[in-house]
Amino acid sequence: MFDLERWEEIFDTIRKNKLRTFLTGLSVASGIFILVILLGIGEGMRNGISSEFQNDAANVIYVWTGVTSKEYKGLNPGRRILLKNRDFDHTASMREDDLEYKSSVYRIWGGLVNYKKESGSYRIEGVYPDYQFLENSDMTAGRFLNIQDHSGMEKVVVIGNKVKNDLFKNGEDPIGNYIQLKNINFKVVGVYSDPGGEREESRVYLPLSTAQRVFNGGDTINFLSFALQPEENFEAALAASTQFSTELEGFLKKQHTIAPDDDRAININNSLENAKRFYDLMDMIKFFFWFVGICTIIAGVVGVSNIMLIIVKERTREIGIRKALGAEPLSIVWMVLHESIFVTTIAGFLGLIGGLALLEFVGPLIETQYISNPAVNFNVALSTVFILIFAGALAGFIPAWRAAKIKPIIALRDE
Amino acid sequence: MIEIKDLHKSYKMGSNSLHVLKGINFSVKEGELVSIMGSSGSGKSTLLNILGMLDEADSGSYVLDGVPIKNLNEKVAAQYRNKFLGFIFQSFNLISYKSALDNVALPLYYQGIRRNERMDVAMSYLEKVGLADWAKHLPAELSGGQKQRVAIARALASNPKVLLADEPTGALDTKTSYEVMDLIQKINEEGRTILVVTHEPDIAQMTKRIVNLKDGVIISDTKVNQVRALENV
Repeated sequence: MFDLERWEEIFDTIRKNKLRTFLTGLSVASGIFILVILLGIGEGMRNGISSEFQNDAANVIYVWTGVTSKEYKGLNPGRRILLKNRDFDHTASMREDDLEYKSSVYRIWGGLVNYKKESGSYRIEGVYPDYQFLENSDMTAGRFLNIQDHSGMEKVVVIGNKVKNDLFKNGEDPIGNYIQLKNINFKVVGVYSDPGGEREESRVYLPLSTAQRVFNGGDTINFLSFALQPEENFEAALAASTQFSTELEGFLKKQHTIAPDDDRAININNSLENAKRFYDLMDMIKFFFWFVGICTIIAGVVGVSNIMLIIVKERTREIGIRKALGAEPLSIVWMVLHESIFVTTIAGFLGLIGGLALLEFVGPLIETQYISNPAVNFNVALSTVFILIFAGALAGFIPAWRAAKIKPIIALRDE
Repeated sequence: MIEIKDLHKSYKMGSNSLHVLKGINFSVKEGELVSIMGSSGSGKSTLLNILGMLDEADSGSYVLDGVPIKNLNEKVAAQYRNKFLGFIFQSFNLISYKSALDNVALPLYYQGIRRNERMDVAMSYLEKVGLADWAKHLPAELSGGQKQRVAIARALASNPKVLLADEPTGALDTKTSYEVMDLIQKINEEGRTILVVTHEPDIAQMTKRIVNLKDGVIISDTKVNQVRALENV
């Protein structure tokens, strides 16, 4: 492999047969180019989907209720299940160590909001202070609700950016001003923004206790929302959150006398499980891209092999001469193999660099929701290089073997 | 130098078997210049191919410079060819994309000689055949006679025991043929053993001994008074 003399022979042959070498290289270069682009897009999709999940705290478990679908312990199906404060309080106190954030939500329907002459209909929710973190909201002005607001049942609200823009048209500072929810005055104490965009910014939050008291909620709540303590890795986090949601479901079913196999009454959305589904999908897509890429390379390799076979055919006479002059079969094998490996490696690297350059310069310009920052990492680049060298050897082997088997006498007779 | 005893060779042509050599007994001493004559189909090229280890006999023995040539694998055959034999072909068989110098240097490459030395040796042989000025030219840029001289230089480059020439003048006009034969005679006079296969009587007369082949057997083997090629030019 490092025999200088042989390299000279190879370069000599390549220099004198430029078109042939170019055509051989082209098929490999395009194969690698396509592989790199595919892998880059795969990575980009992964990045894109991951960033979709950054909108809300990653391991959030969200519970809402519905109507029972099964008869249980003498109770008819069709009962509407209502969550109570005690459901939340029990879980919150029992699992205090496991929970990073927790909040229950009481939702006020028909949420008409006024400020002076401006009005709009928004989602109005009574929540705990932790809800800020569960929703990943950032304060742009003022503060979020705090525990004093909650215990003092203060009539204060935090509004989303969109609500602020809709109601405070003259650029007035909403902080300290009063808006009306269903004609009851509330003082604005904060404005938030949310990475989820306008839809998540068109909400009005007030303390849960205030909401239940002022809007006749009693001790009813609509949703539960929990975030578990972060774990070291995705697998552990997934296991913890799956266990938590199973236990929570069991507890709530027992509490509300629901059949254990009734899956309509209690709905639990575990964001990690959703994430896992997406990650699984991503793995599938990644696998698919690799598969297509490898197939492309195989096509390239077959192309190279084909061209090398033609080359060997074309060089039959030359090989015969070389053998007559004392070339050993092995040296003929190496001659063909060496050329093939050399050409595939160089061409492959060019395709690799071309693909990487395209990803580098065009990648950042792609702004689709599901593709962001397509790139190929170093390990992948390295493995493609190994695939290449292997492919070169494979592509050259059969033609090389053929070449070595050529009988000099037949080759020399070949006119 | 060459000892052949009871050599047989037949080719399978479909269901027929063509018996080409039917018991050849033949020996060549060192320094001889022998021509093998015969009409086409007489088996002369087959004999030369067996002598050149490009083909293998079915039976009989072949000893070259004291080394029995039998059941060689391809690797050893290649080594022997490189060490013992130099080939000159009717159609020159130069590698078209290599310069005259590189062509001459090729047998040395297969001997594992370093490039610089290779080029020096190749150049000295090109000088010997009078083509030093054409060293950098490709075969396509040379005349037929020049190509054959390059081929002779190449055959000599590995300093072989025996030169085997298969119709060396077959593709050349008379004048050039004689020039090439003159070169072959000169090389022979330096003590090199040379076998020439030809069907041209005038070429055969320029060797020292004529072996006549007909239908796979030697019908005559006579020493001749060598005609100097140069006198006929």
